[in-house]
Amino acid sequence: MPFSQILVETEPPIGIIRLNRPKVLNALNFELLRELVEALEAFDKDDRIRATVLTGNDDAFSAGADIKELSEATPVDLIQRNQFALWDRLKKTAKPIVGAISGHALGGGCELAMNCDIIIASETAKFGQPEINIGIMPGAGGTQRLTRTIGKFRAMEMILTGQPITAREAEKHGLVNRIVPIEAYFEEAKKLAMQIAQKAPVATRLAKEAVLKAFDTSLEEGLQFERRNFYLLFSTQDMKEGMKAFSEKRPPQFKGR
Amino acid sequence: MGYETILVEKKEQITRITLNRPAALNSFDDKMGEEFYRALKEAERDEGTRCLIITGAGRAFSAGEDVSGLKERYGGDSRPSLGDHLRKKYHPMILRIRNMEKPVIARINGIAAGSGASIALACDIRIASEEAGLKQAFIGVGLVPDSGSSYFLTRTLGPGRALELIMTGRTVGAKEAENLGLVNQTVPGTELDNVVNSVAEKLANGPTKALGLSKRVVNQVSRLELPDALEYEAQNQDIAGKTKDHLEAVRAFLEKRQPKFSGT
Repeated sequence: MPFSQILVETEPPIGIIRLNRPKVLNALNFELLRELVEALEAFDKDDRIRATVLTGNDDAFSAGADIKELSEATPVDLIQRNQFALWDRLKKTAKPIVGAISGHALGGGCELAMNCDIIIASETAKFGQPEINIGIMPGAGGTQRLTRTIGKFRAMEMILTGQPITAREAEKHGLVNRIVPIEAYFEEAKKLAMQIAQKAPVATRLAKEAVLKAFDTSLEEGLQFERRNFYLLFSTQDMKEGMKAFSEKRPPQFKGR
Repeated sequence: MGYETILVEKKEQITRITLNRPAALNSFDDKMGEEFYRALKEAERDEGTRCLIITGAGRAFSAGEDVSGLKERYGGDSRPSLGDHLRKKYHPMILRIRNMEKPVIARINGIAAGSGASIALACDIRIASEEAGLKQAFIGVGLVPDSGSSYFLTRTLGPGRALELIMTGRTVGAKEAENLGLVNQTVPGTELDNVVNSVAEKLANGPTKALGLSKRVVNQVSRLELPDALEYEAQNQDIAGKTKDHLEAVRAFLEKRQPKFSGT
């Protein structure tokens, strides 16, 4: 499957997707998003891949929507293009995504970062929702995910002033897992993805699903959901292998079954 | 683009920026502020620069902010926002000096007062002439220390001695500054160039990436708890361990010769 806006590599058990429009700071056009979703869905179906690293380059994860593409769009274009359907598919990615983020993560870039399950940022990363500066507002989950992540007041300030925050601030407010030097963020993200890829694939999948459920449900419903996924895992071969390996004091050999 | 208020010379991977308004004791008018910042940025980007020296022309290092330039802003009832002035003019240069990942030496040839002292204190190494001095000039004009002065002084001296210098505004002579740890070395004026140049040469021929990473680590660890500082050191050691210069040093050691560092 040829891609023109992203670079896709596989280093089983992990997959690596790099946003690849460096000249425009990886601005998200429709084509890039479509390719990204297709690549993630392909990884979801690929048994060799158990976790994905999503990254840009040192200068930019993504500086946001492609303003040129947007400024010429009519509401009818937007409806027909139905870009948000792509974001909905993105949200449904089943395997864990580790974001390796450096430089600009602004607007749609920040929203894309928040679609990751874990974020490793370089010291130079910068997160923001600057849409307000051009007379619009976040449209791909920014108002919802940012608020649920860093709280109402900080989210409100970022979204209403358009002012970005530094990696250090993002770390303090829980928007990133940790910060590492710029030379090391990608390797660190890979290491983490590799660590996750050693776990039982069905368990990581159901665990991810259960954590994300916390955004959508009451505690009671969430607990019910968790319990169902928990019971479900007792039907897997990997569960038996995991427990056996534990009592035999050896590393488990998970098969994803 | 050339400069009018500063001199920039580059020789053998050492760039020297000289504040050059000697008649005004190298005080910072807005033009010199802008040019100095531009020169810092260029030296940082220039891969051929592996050490930077900052100094002043004539008898002063720098007398700090050029107050005469602020004059017209005090007309009638109006008062300028000094905070905004600092944010725009001085903060970028102080941060640029601290964050630049190559060694920066202050060659303190004469008095360094106010924000001039801040710039000297922001450098990595300070070498002063015996005739030089540092002065927290702020209180004399009814102001508080700025451009990082309070930060650097408190970290070097502790709050007691920092406040003495800030509250009295007295000039600390070079020798006393050396004893306090505010400057690394004081030398006779005639020796200043020899000493500064030999330190600069050594640094310019050093493992630049590791020097820069050392600066990064020192900048960060002061705000970290020990376990986090250890982790931060380890992360940066991983990076240093992958440089060509580290490999060269290991080889040189095994071959019992002096390493030749390329800075990469």
